[in-house]
Amino acid sequence: MKLSLFITCFNDTLFPETGKATVHLLERLGHTVEFPLEQTCCGQMHYNTGYHEEAIPLVQKFVDVFGDAEAIVAPSASCVAMVHEFYHKVAERSGDSRLREQVEKLVPRVFELSQFLVDELGVEDVGAYYPHRVTYHPTCHSLRMLEVGDAPLKLLRNVRGIDLIELPMAEECCGFGGTFAVKNADTSMAMLGDKIRHIKDTEAEVCIAADNSCLMHIGGALQRQRGGVKTVHLAEILASTETSS
Amino acid sequence: MSSDKAKTPTFQESAKAYLDNTQLRRNIGHATHTIRDKREQAVGEMPDWEELREAGSNIKQRVMRHLDKYLVQLEKSVQQAGGVVHWAKDGKEANRIILDLVQQKQVEEVVKVKSITTDEIELNKALAKEGIQALETDLAELIVQLAEDEPSHILVPAIHKNRAEIRELFKEKLNQDELSDRPEDLAEAARLYLRKKFLSAKVGISGGNFAVAETGTISVVESEGNGRMCTTLPDTLITVMGLEKIIPTWRDFEVFMQLLPRSATAERMNPYNSFWTGVTDGDGPQEFHLVLLDNGRTNVLADEVGRQTLNCIRCSACLNVCPVYERTGGHAYNSVYPGPIGAILTPQLKGLEDEGAASLPYASSLCGACYEVCPVKINIPEVLVHLRGKIVDEKKRNGGIKQKTNQEHIGMKLMARAFKKRSRYERAQKLARIGQGLFVKDGSISNLPGELAGWTAMRDLKPIPEQTFREWWRQRDE
Repeated sequence: MKLSLFITCFNDTLFPETGKATVHLLERLGHTVEFPLEQTCCGQMHYNTGYHEEAIPLVQKFVDVFGDAEAIVAPSASCVAMVHEFYHKVAERSGDSRLREQVEKLVPRVFELSQFLVDELGVEDVGAYYPHRVTYHPTCHSLRMLEVGDAPLKLLRNVRGIDLIELPMAEECCGFGGTFAVKNADTSMAMLGDKIRHIKDTEAEVCIAADNSCLMHIGGALQRQRGGVKTVHLAEILASTETSS
Repeated sequence: MSSDKAKTPTFQESAKAYLDNTQLRRNIGHATHTIRDKREQAVGEMPDWEELREAGSNIKQRVMRHLDKYLVQLEKSVQQAGGVVHWAKDGKEANRIILDLVQQKQVEEVVKVKSITTDEIELNKALAKEGIQALETDLAELIVQLAEDEPSHILVPAIHKNRAEIRELFKEKLNQDELSDRPEDLAEAARLYLRKKFLSAKVGISGGNFAVAETGTISVVESEGNGRMCTTLPDTLITVMGLEKIIPTWRDFEVFMQLLPRSATAERMNPYNSFWTGVTDGDGPQEFHLVLLDNGRTNVLADEVGRQTLNCIRCSACLNVCPVYERTGGHAYNSVYPGPIGAILTPQLKGLEDEGAASLPYASSLCGACYEVCPVKINIPEVLVHLRGKIVDEKKRNGGIKQKTNQEHIGMKLMARAFKKRSRYERAQKLARIGQGLFVKDGSISNLPGELAGWTAMRDLKPIPEQTFREWWRQRDE
């Protein structure tokens, strides 16, 4: 299957390893991957902060870049949730009936990586190898907006050598929330403090999630505390093999 | 909400103090987790819970679509049953109506059933000004009233207080020299105090959970029986309720009497369910007044996205699962409606020009836990983001130079411009990588200036790596 990769501006700029892992993984599974270079940002940050007008050209751009793609796959649950939950609202606001139609046609073809693998391709074992003690944090947007269910866990359970420990209070928000982490930094940090405690309770070496934004927030605190726990995106775990790790 | 347009502090400002109060955080964390787990159990028993939610949401949506019709129908039904209906456009008007009614009875004390609507209009204060004491008879409301405090939770107003604190309060205010902190003993002390009041009261004041348009029946559900006392013992009963609390028919109780108790107190049924229809000769109050309150609600109704906020049946399940509420408590919201529902209801009732109210839609990480538990399926994250949009639009229109020079505004504008065009975006990536050199130390960023300092107070920031994904891809393609 020919897949178009939406890598997201956040991963492109800050977490290129996640993008590379997504490419390696999908190619290993026998798919042709393309990365349209014109892509930039889905508009989530603008939209969620209230800059709805500014999101219109970004939605238009997304539609222009990916309009013809058979399937669009992204290693970011929150960006995909933005497309699924809010693109029709942005299109509505634009008053442009053509954009509305384009969005309507495009949205069902945009997938989060784990959801695409498990629900669309029916793959649960991607042939990965990762011999470490890990825990998985289900990010809010993957869990409650996209409803990926246990797709990421199904994939992780099939990774060779992995020691997957259940995270206590896993479904609680880590406190990131985009600009919330800056605007309400004190509250965000109180939430983060509890999340970090629960991660440490698992004695895992690695905390995994389907969103690098949440992981940057969690990882930022783990690094500050020099606790020795790493954060790694799900795609990178799934891309790991005996030869690579 | 409050009749004068006083400026309230922002959520950020208020939250800070409460976050530092470790006792408060423990009290609220413990209480919300207990209710949360119990609710999950109570809801888990129901095989048709999702269908019930769907039904609840549909009924409420129908009410909002035809509110004009249902309100007139309710008025007629109540009048036919011997009640009197009053219309209040705001809190001031509602308080005036109630004060007149109470003064006609020439009493100095009235007993009250717990009602957030009366808190919203600050009825107790308005009555006190004229020398009338409104006595709260719900145990938790009594605690809050005796402590001269404010409620911090819709359903559990004294959730921020623990047993030891309540014991001290009762010892002092109820003149109890010997009092243990056993819940039974604390309740008994309040009971003895309140019993005398119930028996002598001439006027009772209540809110209402539901009003049936078809029959004119008002309903109050509660746990302690104080509501039953207040609505049956006094000669005169005055009920004040928001005009959105209507349900069309008696039959609709089938849905709401399942949704509400399980979502609110995790009970299959409330211990006390009171229903009254007008007045009955020789039984209960001989005079019944219903005050229907607008106070900003029709403005909420006019907003197509915001409208769903009026579906709320005040169960407070959203408060109990909210990770923000759990840490800051209810007072940080500076409103009688705290938590996620407060974050969308308060700004819509008060208006977005109030800086404190306009900070509330941002008091959320958009985690969506509230939407998941809402028994009438109010999409709170959707309304939060919708309100943020209205706030930004409003600031752009009327914010003047302050808005134009605001760091966030400039940042958002610049980034929107960069994202619009690939070449600008790629240039911005390079600039950011060079620019961060000022802040990177030992491979991470631990200290940022201005508004971004909030990030680095507890978290390091990962620097931008040497190569972007797209640079790697291009190289690979070659």
